[in-house]
Amino acid sequence: MKELLEILENNARATPEEIGKMLGRKVSLVKNDIKNLEKNGVILKYKTIINKELLREEDSSVRALIEVKVVPQKNLGFDHIAERIYQFPEVTSCYLMSGTYDLLIIVEGKNLQKVSNFVAEKLSPMENIRGTVTHFILKKYKEDGDILKQPNKSKRPAITL
Amino acid sequence: MTMVGAHGHAPYITVSIIMNKKNIISRTVQDLPPSGIRVFFDLVIGMKDVISLGVGEPDFVTPWNIRETAIYAIEQGYTSYTSNKGLIELRQEISRYLKRRYGLDYDPEEEILITVGVSEGFDLAVRALTDHGDKLLIPEPSYVAYGPITSLCGGQPLYLKSDPAAGFKVSAGQIERNTDKKTKGLILNYPNNPTGASYSKKELLDIAKVIERHDLIMISDEIYCDLTYDFDHTPFPTLPRMKERTVYLNGFSKSFAMTGWRIAYACGPKDIIAAMTKIHQYTMLCASVISQMAAREALKNSDRAVQEMKREYRRRREFIISRLNEIGLSCHKPEGAFYAFPSIKDTGLSSLTFAQELLKREKVAAVPGTAFGPMGEGYLRMSYATSYENLKEAMARIERFVARIKPTT
Repeated sequence: MKELLEILENNARATPEEIGKMLGRKVSLVKNDIKNLEKNGVILKYKTIINKELLREEDSSVRALIEVKVVPQKNLGFDHIAERIYQFPEVTSCYLMSGTYDLLIIVEGKNLQKVSNFVAEKLSPMENIRGTVTHFILKKYKEDGDILKQPNKSKRPAITL
Repeated sequence: MTMVGAHGHAPYITVSIIMNKKNIISRTVQDLPPSGIRVFFDLVIGMKDVISLGVGEPDFVTPWNIRETAIYAIEQGYTSYTSNKGLIELRQEISRYLKRRYGLDYDPEEEILITVGVSEGFDLAVRALTDHGDKLLIPEPSYVAYGPITSLCGGQPLYLKSDPAAGFKVSAGQIERNTDKKTKGLILNYPNNPTGASYSKKELLDIAKVIERHDLIMISDEIYCDLTYDFDHTPFPTLPRMKERTVYLNGFSKSFAMTGWRIAYACGPKDIIAAMTKIHQYTMLCASVISQMAAREALKNSDRAVQEMKREYRRRREFIISRLNEIGLSCHKPEGAFYAFPSIKDTGLSSLTFAQELLKREKVAAVPGTAFGPMGEGYLRMSYATSYENLKEAMARIERFVARIKPTT
């Protein structure tokens, strides 16, 4: 099962037929495995990784990492405030952290202005939020294991014994 | 163990240049068999946009921790010779590694020699062990260097046909039948280039009995050992009483994707290693210190990367074998390495013609089996050390090619 996930994590478009061949497993069984993984939520969904660095200006976006300090609530801890924050579509990631702040969120917006507005108008005024520090991302080199650069052409000679 | 076929020395080309200055080139070298498929190689090199299944090396780059260590070594000024046998720290690391992996005991001081690729280790072993007229048994098809190196040392290569029906293996009985008083030893490469065949512990035990009975030496080239998919790899020296009769050759090229670093090692009884070291100090002096530093890091911190690469190869193996059989090129499932060795006999074409036509019509390069000896006729070596996308496309093209040539045969 782990290997099936390894294949799909790397290529969501691998078909059950191909996966069956790679793992020496019947196609019907592979289909069944995938269905089960989808049903119990291990496979959440299939996405495309887009290198936004290469998009035209009008299609591009900016991202910021925002450190958020919050006041935990009685009986609810951080979960309740986290939920209020991650419901915003602008928030692409949200983590509870150890260390000097509590939540780390990643916010995406069309431009600097939009992200700043989100912080100023939505995030900071929120009840129980003690403070935020915003770091804009200037350049992305690697994301979720993928290097955002065209790989070098293979330098191997075409035939070696 | 990789020899760059396309750029290797071709004795017969040299001969034509010195035609009227007789015998500048030694008789021995002139008599070395020329590579019959040179022309085919040149054809491949000259062609653009070819999907190559002809490559005998990993398609991965060396894991970053290893590369980073080499950069650091240069920064720190590791730029000098090392001792002839290689850095003691590396030999100790190899000793620990072999102990940990296989329970092998090799003394880093006297039983391990760092070589420039298994190619050098093999050359040294044959030179150290062969007197004029000694016979060495070589299963065929085999890696291209074994026979010529044996001849260069004045030895006599004696080829054993590895039986396709037995998954391209030689049997203990076959070795025994071909052994006489002049037979010095056996060269075994498993997992095998070009067939991918490997031997189980039981099969090796049978071979070991013959080795012992006839007082032979084993030169065991196990460079592909980490790419064994269906059972645990058994190093030859782990078999009872075989350590004292075996030159165990291994290296970093295939397991750690380090072909270009030219770094490997030979282990064996201390008198054989001493003899090999003697030659090594006159010819090579020592392996590159930078590669030695990198190799040490490879053994210490790359288990995960090795396992990841192995899983990826295994998936490709399943895919390519299943596709080739679907296409109608029957292919046994190789136990290791990264080669498929399908039969093309049903097409009625020779290996070379099949390879040439496949290249011209569909731009897929594969190596004719005859590159690995006449017993490779009727087969092609297809390397699956290339991306899954390439393999998929190559198989589609081969399928089209085979379908088109079938009616005419």
